[in-house]
Amino acid sequence: MTGGTVSGTVPSGRPRLRLEARDQPGLLTHLAVSLLLLVAALFLAGIVMTVAGGNPLDVYRSMFGAGFGSKWGLNDTLVKMVPLTLASLGVALAFRMKMWNIGAEGQLLMGALAASGVALFAVPPDMPQWLALALLAAAGAAGGAVWGIVPGWLRAQFGVNEIISTLMLNYVALSIVQFFVYGPWGERGFGLTPMFERNTWLPRLTEFADQWSALRGLTLHLGILAVPVAIVCLAILLNRTKFGFEIAMVGDNPDAARYAGVRLRRTMIIVMALSGALAGLAGMNEVSGVVHRLLEHISPGYGYTAIIVAWLGRFNPLAVAVVAFLFGGLIVGADEIQSAGISSLLQGVILFVMVSGNLLIRYRIRLRVPETLA
Amino acid sequence: MVEMRGISKRFPGVLANDRVDLDVASGSIHALLGENGAGKSTLMHILSGLYRPDSGTMKVEDRAVSFASPLHAIRAGVGMVHQHFMLVETQTVAENVVLGDRRLGFRMDPSAIRDTVADLGRESGLEIDPDALIWQLSVGERQRVEIVKMLHRGARLLILDEPTAVLTPPEADTLFDRMRGMARAGRTLLFISHKLNEVMELAETVTVMRQGRVVDTVPKAQVSHRELVRMMVGSPVLFDVTVPPVQQGRKLLSLRSLRVENDRGQTAVDNLSLELRQREILGVAGVAGNGQRELAEAITGLRKLQAGTIELDGFDVTGSNQRRMIDLGISWVPQDRQHTGTAPNLSIQENFDLKRYRSARRGPFLDRAGQSSRAAALLAKYRVAASGRLQPVRLLSGGNLQKIILARELSTELRVLVAESPTRGLDVGAIQTVHELLMEQRSRGVAILLLSEDLQEVLSLSDRVAVIHNGRIMGILPRARAEADTIGMLMAGVVPEDMAT
Repeated sequence: MTGGTVSGTVPSGRPRLRLEARDQPGLLTHLAVSLLLLVAALFLAGIVMTVAGGNPLDVYRSMFGAGFGSKWGLNDTLVKMVPLTLASLGVALAFRMKMWNIGAEGQLLMGALAASGVALFAVPPDMPQWLALALLAAAGAAGGAVWGIVPGWLRAQFGVNEIISTLMLNYVALSIVQFFVYGPWGERGFGLTPMFERNTWLPRLTEFADQWSALRGLTLHLGILAVPVAIVCLAILLNRTKFGFEIAMVGDNPDAARYAGVRLRRTMIIVMALSGALAGLAGMNEVSGVVHRLLEHISPGYGYTAIIVAWLGRFNPLAVAVVAFLFGGLIVGADEIQSAGISSLLQGVILFVMVSGNLLIRYRIRLRVPETLA
Repeated sequence: MVEMRGISKRFPGVLANDRVDLDVASGSIHALLGENGAGKSTLMHILSGLYRPDSGTMKVEDRAVSFASPLHAIRAGVGMVHQHFMLVETQTVAENVVLGDRRLGFRMDPSAIRDTVADLGRESGLEIDPDALIWQLSVGERQRVEIVKMLHRGARLLILDEPTAVLTPPEADTLFDRMRGMARAGRTLLFISHKLNEVMELAETVTVMRQGRVVDTVPKAQVSHRELVRMMVGSPVLFDVTVPPVQQGRKLLSLRSLRVENDRGQTAVDNLSLELRQREILGVAGVAGNGQRELAEAITGLRKLQAGTIELDGFDVTGSNQRRMIDLGISWVPQDRQHTGTAPNLSIQENFDLKRYRSARRGPFLDRAGQSSRAAALLAKYRVAASGRLQPVRLLSGGNLQKIILARELSTELRVLVAESPTRGLDVGAIQTVHELLMEQRSRGVAILLLSEDLQEVLSLSDRVAVIHNGRIMGILPRARAEADTIGMLMAGVVPEDMAT
């Protein structure tokens, strides 16, 4: 209300930076700004590395080589990309509706737990593999969904802040996993369950080496197929369905959505269920495709990285997958150079720079030189 | 105490204050009376340092002043208590009273502050526990905290913006007592109001404003209710709307003994009954905040009824949710275009389909093709000035935004239209368009409930005028008998002698 008077303040003598809102930032702006920010983030992280006595260029070169430079590196990157993409898509879905689900980690763990339970106790060794995998996937999705519904329902019914509840449920989920792997399902107190039967394993590329010899030794599993499927399904859901339209409405203006007859509570709960289900599937992929057992450290924080990935992908399914691929490489590269903090450092710096740099997408910076008064 | 001369203030599109003069005598209780939008609040914001006038001069206690901020005003002894309290809920009364007080140094002495606040409360008759936390207090008590805050900073002139708007009647009575006490103790009180009864009860002098100007300043003793209303509403020039003669049809909407609560759980609509026929515009005149919003939300299914029934075309639809009411053909043009009526970042096309998307016969899928062709047609039909159907609606002007909402609400198979202040803030051309659209719907057989505080609009369009005050219907008048000053009195909560039964 006071806007009219404030903007007309006394002109100062120095040139000043001024922010000007852009009406509708285009795709090109998005890409250009993102690239610029990525470079800025690498530069900032490089300063830290230099201070620590490293050569950032060497570090980046060997990381890039490890993640993307060879067939083996690419294989590892794609393996990491699978859970990262699924969890990130889940997070992105909830974020679209401004449901700040930061509980992908817990949902992933519960998905892994549920899938492991089915693998260990419900699947006889002679069950056909496709059926066993379908059961595992359903259990994983359900496990994650439950862990999403709980905070979703609390929010819808009592207005409980989902940021807090989803975060807390991450620790609860970790404790539950620990209880099972050290307790009833554990093997000699090592924090892991026995190996699953073969029919619950997602097939790996190396198993097709008889037909295609190039695939020998590649650990990438068929869970990678879930990535394009999930992207397409989510893109359709968000852009082409009535439910997706309701999500967009609620995300933009819940009051208008209510006014338009959207059942807000129901929508919140379903979105949280779907979001959790995607993270749960990520967990199922890890136990069934990578380690073939449940262990305490089944996730190196995929669920948390997913928040960063979803944010950087601006909640757009395809963009999220691209970012997940890059982050998969980042994780592999950081493992390769054996310097424990690098991955987290880079992730942190990139997110920080990108989030603060978001400003550049919505505004352009103009240098304003005050007009000389006659 | 105060002498304002030739104060003008322009906001984009409105001249809120037009060469206003105001004199307030020391130690008096002075009322500033007028309809919403008359410029009362703007004038008081200028006096309390929140706005700067475009032109004009002010003197406080015979010294020329020019306030750059409320801080300067309070230094000169002018403090304002706003309608919406500015208190930190999780802190104590004493902490809130001294919050932001520049006289306080870096170190605070909590017990001394507590004593000062308690003493001040006792002296001014506004007893209040300095250790109570704000969130534990009732609205009336919070208001006291605001007043004590201003007194603590040395306010000798206290401005109160519609002080009774949020109070229950007993709380209001207490407040009046305290105000009289403060005036006796030598302070000057200036309050904004549009309630005749409280002005007549409390004020010694009344200044009436209309459309940014002061109509007159009169001693209360020399003026009657009816004279004040005449000054307030003037003689509104009716809009140039052709009201085609129509045969009203059957009863479409019956509201029986509705009771609805507001967000704070207080009764906002109280035992209200109305009937609405086909091809009828029923105007509901009333000052904003007298239950109109809650009534609209109750009819459209967004707010729960505490009691009463709603019948639509002979069927009981009591308790239906918003979704069902939409499907039954109840359209709604909400007062708050940006926060209720539209989703700002979605496109024009999507905002057109905010409700209709559900009826696309494509299973779970949206009908994108239909959406865009409908949008193109509506944009042309309603002559919306926009760069295209994919433009986000937040970039539209108020008039165009309203056209979007009207286009959406009127392009369905509607039977009842609830229109809340449909022309508020629009320019003359847009107002004309909206009025024509309403008339067109009336001719088509729609029953229209027009909730508005704009008397001019209600009188120009309505077949019958009902007046709402404190959630109750004060009276219903047919168009021919709806005189501006009668309606004005009813709006102010006074039943004229010739209507009293």
